[in-house]
Amino acid sequence: MKQLSDRIVAKLQAEMQVPDLAGTRYSVVRHLARGGMGSVWLADDMVLNRRVALKVLDLVAPADDLGALLLREARILAGLEHPGIVPVHDAGTLADGRAFYCMKYVEGQTLAQHIAGKNLSEKLRLLERIAEPLDFAHARGFIHRDLKPENIMIGAFGEVLVMDWGLAKVAATGRKPTEDGISTVVPAPQDSSRVTGQGGVLGTPGYISPEQERGGSEVDHRTDIFSLGALLAFMLTGISSEEVPTATRAAPRPLRAICEKAMATDPNARYQSAREMAADTVRYLSNEPVLAYPEGWFERVGRIYARHRTAIVLIGAYLLMRVFFILFARR
Amino acid sequence: MNKVVLGLILGAILGAVDGMSAWFTPAVRTQIVGIVIGSTFKGIIAGILIGVFARKVQSLALGIVFGLGVGLLLAFIVAQMQHGFYFQIMLPGGMVGLIVGYATQRYGRGPQPQRP
Repeated sequence: MKQLSDRIVAKLQAEMQVPDLAGTRYSVVRHLARGGMGSVWLADDMVLNRRVALKVLDLVAPADDLGALLLREARILAGLEHPGIVPVHDAGTLADGRAFYCMKYVEGQTLAQHIAGKNLSEKLRLLERIAEPLDFAHARGFIHRDLKPENIMIGAFGEVLVMDWGLAKVAATGRKPTEDGISTVVPAPQDSSRVTGQGGVLGTPGYISPEQERGGSEVDHRTDIFSLGALLAFMLTGISSEEVPTATRAAPRPLRAICEKAMATDPNARYQSAREMAADTVRYLSNEPVLAYPEGWFERVGRIYARHRTAIVLIGAYLLMRVFFILFARR
Repeated sequence: MNKVVLGLILGAILGAVDGMSAWFTPAVRTQIVGIVIGSTFKGIIAGILIGVFARKVQSLALGIVFGLGVGLLLAFIVAQMQHGFYFQIMLPGGMVGLIVGYATQRYGRGPQPQRP
């Protein structure tokens, strides 16, 4: 009997969470995901006749604080017009008092799903494309602060999108995490972002930088560089750096060096921009010297050979042919 | 480096090497200077032609085929003038063209796109 009533209560709670879209241009299709502040719903935009995603606050949440935070997230996204950042179409308050915003519905896979079966070159190209919107946001003074595989979506046409800017911070204003309201966010149980001892959401274990974990005011865009390094480690190994800190040992040394530089404890020792880090991975792909890795003489020769293999083989074949003619086929 | 300049330099170097290999043939050793100059000149012509082609056509495969063709053609003319040694002259000539064709497509810098 108790089980039955629990099930009924759970069902009622679930029904109550369905946003009341009366008076809006949207109608709910289904629930998509849960975040720190609320849920994301798939909806139909009945005016433009298209599918959209609605991020709606939870009913149980203290609406005033979180409503402002949700609007803040929507404004951050609206200010970041980039092909790699999901666009916001609309924001407002529903009939039941819950704040919401409407964004593009991205049909695709998370990073973890997408990289399964991909080769190293494809993964590194992906990292380059993740770094682009990040660098764009940093240039405009925004820090994501929660980069992780779940927050990277790859669309049906291969477009790479950095999602969930709910923990983003405006770096340009120099506000402390406790001042911008982030510290009051309480994540839902399903959300992997964690709360520190002080109660401030700082990010996700395995992807969070040491200075962000400490909750100090010195957090700047280089905290995202740390997370990008952790993402690269994840892409190389398939597991987060927290699960097995030494997992990248099997990866090529220059890539390990890139990870280590990006994830340095001292932000000054890291890459100073996402673009700089992406450029180093592209250098690795092009068989050029990686800035983070001082290579030895043999490694340099091997890399140069790999880079110019065809030309070296052609010239070698030509010289061999010349030797053959000198020895056996004189005019 | 500019594709034409790269073709010219590479053609000249490989042409000179090609000509110098005649030193190992005692019968023509006395004419080595003329052979090296002629072979270098042939390499330069091939290099310029291949470089110009690489500027116009951005295709590794077509660049290699064109280079091979030019190298073989010029070497055939030289072999005709020598009344023989077709294999010994045309094979290296073709390879030089092939190498220059590959190098100009792979390493040469193409023309900068014009601003509207």
